[in-house]
Amino acid sequence: MSVPTEPRTAGAVAGNGTAGAGAPAPHGTSATADATGPRQLHLQLWRGDADGGGFVDYEVPALEGEVVLDVVHRIQAEHAPDLAVRWNCKAGKCGSCSAEINGKPRLMCMTRMSTLDTSQTITVSPMRAFPVMRDLVTDVSYNFVVAARIPPFTPGPPEPDGTYRMAQVDVDRGQEMRKCIECFLCQNVCHVIRDHEDNKPHYAGPRFFARLAELEMHPLDTLDRRRLVSEQLGLGLCNITKCCTEVCPEGIHITDNAIIPLKERVVDARYDPVAWLGRKLLRRPRPAPASAVAVDLPVARGAHDPTIDGRSDPAVLGRNGRRSDG
Amino acid sequence: MTVVEESPRQDIPGVPVRIGQARGGPPRSQVLRRDNWRLQPILVAAGLLVFIGYSTWAALRNGDFYAGHLGRDYLSPYYSPCLTHSCTTAGYVWGGWSWWRISPAWLILVFPGAFRTTCYYYRKSYYRSFWLSPPACAVADAGSTNPGGVRSRYTGETLFPLILQNVHRFTWYFAVIFAGILTWDAIAAFRFPNGIGLGVGTLLFVAQAVLIWAYTLGCHACRHLCGGGLKRLSKAPVRHFFWKHVSTPLNHHHQLFAWCSLISIMVTDLYVWLVASGTIHDPRII
Ligand code: SF4
Ligand code: SF4
Ligand code: FES
Ligand code: FES
Repeated sequence: MSVPTEPRTAGAVAGNGTAGAGAPAPHGTSATADATGPRQLHLQLWRGDADGGGFVDYEVPALEGEVVLDVVHRIQAEHAPDLAVRWNCKAGKCGSCSAEINGKPRLMCMTRMSTLDTSQTITVSPMRAFPVMRDLVTDVSYNFVVAARIPPFTPGPPEPDGTYRMAQVDVDRGQEMRKCIECFLCQNVCHVIRDHEDNKPHYAGPRFFARLAELEMHPLDTLDRRRLVSEQLGLGLCNITKCCTEVCPEGIHITDNAIIPLKERVVDARYDPVAWLGRKLLRRPRPAPASAVAVDLPVARGAHDPTIDGRSDPAVLGRNGRRSDG
Repeated sequence: MTVVEESPRQDIPGVPVRIGQARGGPPRSQVLRRDNWRLQPILVAAGLLVFIGYSTWAALRNGDFYAGHLGRDYLSPYYSPCLTHSCTTAGYVWGGWSWWRISPAWLILVFPGAFRTTCYYYRKSYYRSFWLSPPACAVADAGSTNPGGVRSRYTGETLFPLILQNVHRFTWYFAVIFAGILTWDAIAAFRFPNGIGLGVGTLLFVAQAVLIWAYTLGCHACRHLCGGGLKRLSKAPVRHFFWKHVSTPLNHHHQLFAWCSLISIMVTDLYVWLVASGTIHDPRII
């Protein structure tokens, strides 16, 4: 992606498809197309930390071909050297620059200014589901706690020649989930924790449902994570309203291809008497249940160790007033 | 390659889930979205209310649902299979349940009603449009910004009654039967007093049957049954074929077929009512 740095005239920006160029701008400054100088962009960036904060207004000239992250960087360079913003690749691949642009969870580096209505003020705020560290940077460690609770890929013994074989059609489904860049935008938009933070201790969230679905569909994996996902990781809390799918920058069909298939698998394991009878009659070999593994994973204890800070807070208790697990 | 016996990550210390700290951005009740996010839930709610309203009227009508007396073998989908009357020319094996007093549509509607109520797409639509949980993405759940209020706690589909959504696959089994009945109705709609014919109504019945099948076979429970529930699709070529070429492509447009089939049911019933009551004459094409 080439990002021209020389200022262009407003006419050129408008010609590039910027919506609303020429409309009156807020803050009393003129954003009208003017042959003599670049148009101004108006942004409100969230500034603050764990003690609170608010939106701060910034104005910078519009340049052609920029993404929101470029503009934020220019503000950082020219007006606010202490502005905290996390980024790495500028190519939509590292998943660092997640934020909410005009209230929509998006990657800053993949949101072109030309797709936004620059005649109005553009707001950039940190992800709302996670604790704010500073300005646009949030503490996403909740996600790593959940990741650690997922029993890893556990293959059976290899074939006699010491190798494993799998057919492409068997891994196609899981490969969609592997596109995930762990931007956690889906975790952020999921109302189960975004609007009800008390669900965090017993909810994995869409990114990890995708991971769990990938493992459950893996042709070589031998663990059964279905009870774990429904009893401890809160699959039933998801009401399939698909916001995770709407915001995923990788276009993963999280709800249709991961969450709902997982829900159907949980029905097999827990709610379907016909499937239960079939298992009894046909004596199908049962894969090892994964819940024991999950509880045993030492790293998993972090989130549930009563000695760790926050655990005495009633908000950390499980849904029915109990701790979310043992 | 060796089998992993122990988690290789034992030395990584745990990280606490932090709750109750200042979280990102302005107060949660403030919606920063600029687009018209109210439009979609309002349109969906309006569409569903129209359908519920129409269906209630159609079920209460309990008359003019069969046009056999006018030489058209058209039976309204709300009254199919024909239970209380004898829809003679339709050739049903049952019918004539004179002991059933109220409209037979109530009995019939239980099955497709349960199917659609527990459908993953309709769940999304009414959770968003009626329950406002959430009304739109990145817009706070109704009641969630009021700590301690009635709706401050959220339990999703984990408790009664919403845990019953898990019965969806059983409603699907009945839905397949009903799709078969509506297919039979579409075939019957080709029967005219003097042989095979084609009326405008026939086209509506065929469209209805096609849309119902497209909706039913694209169901997530069907997709799971076809092969979504398998670990190795390659070991079950027939199920893999249905999964890949029937259920998954239809599932991709499940929302579209949910609405189209819903509309076609209403339109077909309306048309049958108009023809059976003598309000309009069904033009014969062939
Ligand atoms: S579909 Fe489920 S996991 Fe995804 S955002 Fe909605 S509630 Fe959360
Ligand atoms: S699933 Fe999509 S939205 Fe969620 S973390 Fe991965 S890339 Fe981001
Ligand atoms: S900076 Fe890497 S995804 Fe945006
Ligand atoms: S009918 Fe919609 S998911 Fe089953």
